Amino acid sequence: MMLLKGGRVIDPSQHIDEKRDILIENGKISTVEKDTPVAETECIDVTNMIVTPGLIDMHTHLREPGHEYKETIRSGTEAAVAGGFTAVACMPNTQPVNDNRSVTEFILKQARCSNLAHVYPVAAISRSSEGKILTEFGDLHDAGAVAFSDDGQPVMNSRMMRSALEYAHSLGLPIISHCEDLFLSQGGHMNEGFSSTQLGIEGIPTIAEDIMVMRDIALAEYTRTSVHIAHVSTTGSVEAIRGAKEKGIKVTAETAPHYFTLTDEALLDFSTNAKVYPPLRSAKDIEAIKEGLKDGTIDAIASDHAPHSSIEKDVEFIFASNGLIGLETSLALSLKLVDEGILTIATLIEKMTVNPARILNIHKGTLEPGSDADITVIDPQRRWTVDINTFRSKSRNSPFDGWKLKGKAVMTIVGGDIKYREL
Amino acid sequence: MVMKLSKKDILGIPDLSRDEINLILDTAESFLEISTRDIKKVPTLRGKTIINFFVEASTRTRTSFEIAGKRLSADTINISASTSSMVKGETLGDTAKTLEAMNPDIIVIRHNAAGAPHMLARLVRQSVINAGDGAHEHPTQALLDLLTIKNEKGHIDGLHVTIVGDITHSRVARSNILALTRMGARVTVCGPAMMMPRDIDKMGVSVSHHIEEAIENADIVMMLRIQLERQNESIFPSDREYARYFCLDREKIKAARPDVLVMHPGPMNRGVEIAPDIADGIQSLILKQVTNGVAVRMALLYLLAGGE
Repeated sequence: MMLLKGGRVIDPSQHIDEKRDILIENGKISTVEKDTPVAETECIDVTNMIVTPGLIDMHTHLREPGHEYKETIRSGTEAAVAGGFTAVACMPNTQPVNDNRSVTEFILKQARCSNLAHVYPVAAISRSSEGKILTEFGDLHDAGAVAFSDDGQPVMNSRMMRSALEYAHSLGLPIISHCEDLFLSQGGHMNEGFSSTQLGIEGIPTIAEDIMVMRDIALAEYTRTSVHIAHVSTTGSVEAIRGAKEKGIKVTAETAPHYFTLTDEALLDFSTNAKVYPPLRSAKDIEAIKEGLKDGTIDAIASDHAPHSSIEKDVEFIFASNGLIGLETSLALSLKLVDEGILTIATLIEKMTVNPARILNIHKGTLEPGSDADITVIDPQRRWTVDINTFRSKSRNSPFDGWKLKGKAVMTIVGGDIKYREL
Repeated sequence: MVMKLSKKDILGIPDLSRDEINLILDTAESFLEISTRDIKKVPTLRGKTIINFFVEASTRTRTSFEIAGKRLSADTINISASTSSMVKGETLGDTAKTLEAMNPDIIVIRHNAAGAPHMLARLVRQSVINAGDGAHEHPTQALLDLLTIKNEKGHIDGLHVTIVGDITHSRVARSNILALTRMGARVTVCGPAMMMPRDIDKMGVSVSHHIEEAIENADIVMMLRIQLERQNESIFPSDREYARYFCLDREKIKAARPDVLVMHPGPMNRGVEIAPDIADGIQSLILKQVTNGVAVRMALLYLLAGGE
C-alpha cells in the first residue's frame, strides 16, 4: 500500500483537477479521494506537485532488435521513466523490422525483463515496411502489437494504404501514418525555405507532408475507417486535419515537442542534432501547430524519440541520419505551452495520457480505481538544465542540450512500483 | 580600415565585413604583379605548410590554390578524393584529426557536402579555407569575381550584376549574391523557375525568368555552368531548350547595354549557357577571373598566415 498525499491530481479521463490523495493497493489504484487518512501505509508527501495518470509516449524508437548501440529496450525505458513516461509505443523500423510475431514477442520479452515502463509494440503495415505485402495484422495483434505503421517510410501505394486501413479497421486496430510523398521529398535534408536556400541544402517542401495527409484523410473518409497521422509538422497538415474533423472524418493526430519549439533556423550552423524527419519548419508552422493543439485538431504529443550514435551524427550534415531523442525533454518542452497560455495544464496532460491511450486503444491513461497504478508526479516549478551526459538514453542526439527548462517528472510509478524518483 | 584579418578561417562571405573584403581585395591587388614576373616567387610563406584537401574533383580551383601557395614559397600538398583515406571509409572527423596531427598551417577544403568546411574548422586548430562546399558557398570565387569587377569598373558599389543559371545548385551564385550585395551592388538572378531556390528574394535580389529582361540594365552578366546531367531527375527538358531561352548569345546580349561585361566561373558548357563567340569575345572577363583567382588566393593565404 502506498499513499500519495497532498498533490494536485489532474486526471482528464475523469475530469478531476483538485487536491486529492491517491491510495495504491496491490499495484492498482484503490481510491482517489480528498483527505485520505494516513494508515499503515507508506505515505509520500506530494504537496505542491501535480499528480497525473502515467504519461504515454505513443511514438518512440527503441532500436532493439538490431541497433542496440543506439538504444535498447532497457535504456529506452529507463529514459522513459526518467522523463515521466509509464508507457511507450515503439515503432517497427528495427533490424529485423517488426513485421512478424517473433519480433513482437521478443520486444515484449525484453520489456518484461527490463521491468520499467510498459512497452506497446507497433508492428509494420507491410513486410519489411517495403509497401508491397501486408503483414499478418491478426497474428501480430495476437502477439501483442497494438497498432500498425510503416513509420520511417510512408505507404506510397494508395491501394496498399486503402487495404491496410480497411483490414485494420475491421480488426479494431489503429493505423499510424507517416505522411511523406517520397517523390517530393527525394534528396532533401531539411525544410525547403529561406534557411535551405541560404545553406544550399536540398529542401523537403511542406507539401510532401500535406499531400499525403490529404490522401490519407480521403482514404479514411471513402473507406469509412479511421487513421492516425504521426508527427504533424506543417500548417497544411493542421488545416487538412481540422477540416476533416469538422466533416466528421475519423482522423487523429500527434505532433512532437520539437515541431512547436524549433524552426529550421536551428540548422543554420549545420547542427546534425536538429536534423529530423519531418524536418523542422518555419515560425508560421509553429504557430499553426500550437493553434492545432489548442483547438483540439492535434490530439496527442509524442516525442518521436529517435536515438542515433555519433557514428550517424558526427558526420557531414547531408550524410547524417534523421532523428532526435526526446523522452527526457518532452514533458518540460510541452509544459512551456502551459506557461505561454496555449494549453491548460489539464489539456496538456490529456494529450499525454488519455488521448494517446484512446488512439492506441489501450487501457491506460487514467487514475480510475481498479486500473493499474501508473502515475507520474510532476514538479511544475522545478528548474533544470538539459545535460545530454546525464541522459538515461544511450544516445546524445538532442538539440536541447544546455537549455534551461521548467517542470520535471520527479516520480514515475508503474504498476504501483516506483521506477524513478528524485523527490 | 582594418589592416589585419583577425580570423581563423574563411568559411563563407557572411563572416567577412566590408572592410575585411576590401583588405583582401587590396592585398590581392598588390599580389597580382608577382604572377607577371619572370621569377614568380616570393619568400613570404616559406616554412608554412598548406594542405589542399579536395574531396570533390576540381581543376581550376585546386591548381589556383596550389600555384598561390607555391608563389608564396609555402609547401603545398594535394589530397584528392580518390587518394584520401575517405575512400577506405574514414570519416571526415578522423581525416581532420589526422591532418591536424601533421601540423599544417592552412587546410583548404573542397567538399560535395554543404557545411563540411565548417565541421573541419570546428575540429582542427589550423586555419580552414572553404574552396567550395556543395551548393552552399564558394567564397574565394566570389572574392576573385569582386576583384575582377573592381579592376574593370573601378568600383563595385552601385553596379547592377545579373546572375543567370541554376541558382538552386550554385555555390558561386550564393557567395556572389552575399558578396555583391555586401559591397553595395544590385543583383538580379535569372533562370528557369525550377532552378530558383525558395525565398531567394529574401537574400535581397530581384528574380527574373527572362534573360533579356534580366540583363537589360546590367553592368555585369555572370553565366553559371548548367549541369542537367548531374541532377537526379530531369527538372529541365533538355540542353537544347535551355540554350534556346537562357544561353547568352549574340542575339540575347543585344538586350544589354553595349558596355556590358560577361563573366563565367568555369568550366563552361559552350553552347549551353554561353555561346562561344561571347565566351571568347571582347566583353568576356573569363580568363581575367582565372588570373585574379591566383592573386585572391595568395592574399587569403598570406592574411590567414598572419600577414598584414
